[in-house]
Amino acid sequence: MSGALLSVEDAVVDLPTPRGNLRAVDHVDLAVGAGKTLGIVGESGCGKTMLSRAVLQLLPKKAKLSGRVMFNGQDLTTLSAEKLRKLRGRSLAVVFQDPMTSLNPVLTIGTQLIETIQEHLELDLAQARQRSIELLAAVGIPAPEQRLAQYPHQLSGGMRQRVAIAIALSCEPQLLIADEPTTALDVTIQAQILDLLAREQQRRHMAMIIITHDLGVVAGRTDEVAVMYAGRVVERAPTPALFKQMRMPYTEALLAALPKLDVAPHTPLPAISGRPPDPTRPMKGCSFSPRCRYSAGRCTTEKPRLSPAETQEHLYACFHPIAAGVGA
Amino acid sequence: MLQAASDPLMKVENLVVEYSVGGKTIHAVSDVSLEIARGETLGLVGESGCGKSTLGRAVLQLRQAVSGKVLFDGHDLTTLKGEPLRKMRRRVQLIFQDPIASLNPRRRIGDIVAEPLVIAGVRDPEERARRVSDVLSAVGLDPALVSGRLPHEFSGGQCQRICIARSLVLNPEFVICDEPVSALDVSIRAQILNLLEEMKARYGLTLLFIAHDLAVVKAVSDRVAVMYLGRLCEVGPSEQLFARPAHPYTALLIEAIPVPDPDVRPTQSVPVGEPPSPIAPPSGCRFRTRCPRADARCAGEVPELRVVAPGQFAACHHPLI
Amino acid sequence: MATLELSLEEEAGATPVRRRRLGMLFWFAIGWMVLVFAVAIFADLLPLPSPTDMDMLERRAPISAEHWLGTDGLGRDELSRLIYGARISLIVGLCAPMIGVTIGGALGMLAGYFRGRFESFVVGSMDVLLAFPPLILALAVTAYLGQSIFNLTYILGVLGIPAFMRVSRAATLTLARREFVIAAQALGATHARILLRELLPNVLLPLLAFFLLGVAVTIVVEGSLSFLGLGVPPPISSWGSMIGEGRESLDVAPMLAFIPAIAMFLTVLAFNLIGDTMRALTDPRQGAL
Repeated sequence: MSGALLSVEDAVVDLPTPRGNLRAVDHVDLAVGAGKTLGIVGESGCGKTMLSRAVLQLLPKKAKLSGRVMFNGQDLTTLSAEKLRKLRGRSLAVVFQDPMTSLNPVLTIGTQLIETIQEHLELDLAQARQRSIELLAAVGIPAPEQRLAQYPHQLSGGMRQRVAIAIALSCEPQLLIADEPTTALDVTIQAQILDLLAREQQRRHMAMIIITHDLGVVAGRTDEVAVMYAGRVVERAPTPALFKQMRMPYTEALLAALPKLDVAPHTPLPAISGRPPDPTRPMKGCSFSPRCRYSAGRCTTEKPRLSPAETQEHLYACFHPIAAGVGA
Repeated sequence: MLQAASDPLMKVENLVVEYSVGGKTIHAVSDVSLEIARGETLGLVGESGCGKSTLGRAVLQLRQAVSGKVLFDGHDLTTLKGEPLRKMRRRVQLIFQDPIASLNPRRRIGDIVAEPLVIAGVRDPEERARRVSDVLSAVGLDPALVSGRLPHEFSGGQCQRICIARSLVLNPEFVICDEPVSALDVSIRAQILNLLEEMKARYGLTLLFIAHDLAVVKAVSDRVAVMYLGRLCEVGPSEQLFARPAHPYTALLIEAIPVPDPDVRPTQSVPVGEPPSPIAPPSGCRFRTRCPRADARCAGEVPELRVVAPGQFAACHHPLI
Repeated sequence: MATLELSLEEEAGATPVRRRRLGMLFWFAIGWMVLVFAVAIFADLLPLPSPTDMDMLERRAPISAEHWLGTDGLGRDELSRLIYGARISLIVGLCAPMIGVTIGGALGMLAGYFRGRFESFVVGSMDVLLAFPPLILALAVTAYLGQSIFNLTYILGVLGIPAFMRVSRAATLTLARREFVIAAQALGATHARILLRELLPNVLLPLLAFFLLGVAVTIVVEGSLSFLGLGVPPPISSWGSMIGEGRESLDVAPMLAFIPAIAMFLTVLAFNLIGDTMRALTDPRQGAL
């Protein structure tokens, strides 16, 4: 994709473990345009978090990354530590899953916000303070002035996540990565936080990556969705196209396995049998083949490549895709 | 209370559970009454901190109730102590949210699943081995492969199967499932929900199914009870409750679920606001601080559970139906 | 049935083997321990001169074929005294923490499990014990009961109880909140069963690691006490008393103080190294990712 703000090209992340090499991310290509929202969906251990860490260049020390991560025309993998540090927080911001652990418990919210702002923007203390108050108000925190003096533990989970978002937004980033931003929160709070993220994304015209395990979270709030399984992107499409016609059996099965409100109680769920493969033991064929009901022939011997369907935007990696007009 | 069933197996009457943390009293469960019929699954939903887990534990007498009764098959568990309570507990089992934490990391699976039998006084090792192997096969695990291993060798979904096996090995009548699938991945979640349904049929269980996810609760429950800040808001048959919620809080919960369909635009009507602290719950109706319909009466008067439709009860002064 | 297709067979042959490199240092530590224990246990069988036989003609003799490590200020064979000294250091070093780990460990578990008034009482009395100056206590007891290995072990053991109590209470507190303990309660298990079957195996490892540290500390403390003349009564040798005696002739024969000091240093280091490695090895979650 030309003109993308961020593009990940052929990224591979290897992690050495006591049980052998773990390939967390396996030849992934992704792109996000300015002002667009990309959803990355996958189960735990599918490599979605490692991929986001690779983008941020915050991988564990032992991890090896190959491939390119282009952000604004610069390859982040070749940048110096100092340049990266300036970039993170300024143009690239993150919101983590658990605001309790991502905020420093011994510093007040004000200190954490003001420090981040002063670190990256040339503002004096009064200006930074003013900006902090505006930010807290923007993310929907009542009485923002009083909140500056509070510590994270004095706030509820939802409020803490709002503070984390305020810190992430403080320097007007071009790209915001939200890694399971609502998984630790209650349903009613989740809806509020997702709305807040969508609103700020529109207003600031920033690009956003939402990483989640919940197809419901990405459905109404993203422009494009990438589905990951066992370290690879197995299907990628504009959101409406994906939900209209899923081609990869895994995506379809994942959606089917979700309990739904419009189904009568005690209806057996179409579960996916088995469990994800052990990432320390690479498979020859398609990694979903042992659990896939369409698996046949070369599925177990050859890895399907990510290739386009009817349109250039809808890509999937499958030898036996669900035919158009069938299934979900 | 006139809630359900002609033949309730479990009956909770005016249960109050309070405990103190750092000198402050937390009103975890306030005056909750419930009935669960033999063979029924009652879903209990609510957000974190609403007291649903505390209620589950208070039923098992793992938390001391301040007042109220827990009648299991006619026996009041709150008055039982020592050996009679231990005997009664064998008929009531509990499945936890975090399957890995609920298995002792230093004991082998075979021992863990046999433990209830040992405690119940089954002395014959052959009989124990037979029953362990039966129940492990029932939950879809190969006893020969599994018995000698330690919990950390299994994934979350497999650990939850082991936990279910442990809870079923004594042939209990009543099982409390406390968020049994919320720590699991989507693809595993469906397996475990199906397994619970199968086990319910096979062992003739009555279930209290506690969860925060309405869709999950609906998938397995005959009736659903909604809790907010320690009080019951609404109880009713699953289909009916989800189709026509009477309590504004139930409606809010249903609306907040993200739907996996891009054509359904997420509603923007979800009110800003968070549940108040259970240390100082609001007067009157506890939901009034977030409720669009609240008025002066809601602040002054605690709403009682009233019939709003056949079998459906709501505690609201201004119900939606 | 749809849900019963859990495939385990692929993992059947793959019981996770914990291949962890233990490293040279660990094997050196093990080697040294084996050597020290062997000579201490079989000291009587070794062709050694008596550690108490004095030879006034050969005072502070240098290393020779007859006296491998020379002789001390009273002409006693240094190697022999070192080996018999190892016995005392190891006996005191192992037995004293044993007292601590048994009593302290049990108290800590009970306090952490039952909480409430019992816990306040245990923690309070341990604080009192900790507040008492240990040297004064040692002095008082040896003055009252007399100097002997038994008394020394006893005092050092009692002094170790509070530390073991704290370790075991802390471990129990976090474990008792874990769901597998609640699960056992829900099954109707008795308190004794929960303490012994569910908690003890989990508390034992942090205790064991701390025990090895305790051994190292006790060997040093025994040395210090003996150095001050409060330890084992002469003519019995312990490493501490040997260093103490060697101090008098530091200028003429520094070896007499350094040899037992090095022996003590290596032994303490070995205990610490083994303790650390054991803890890392036996954590059941090390293998799981």
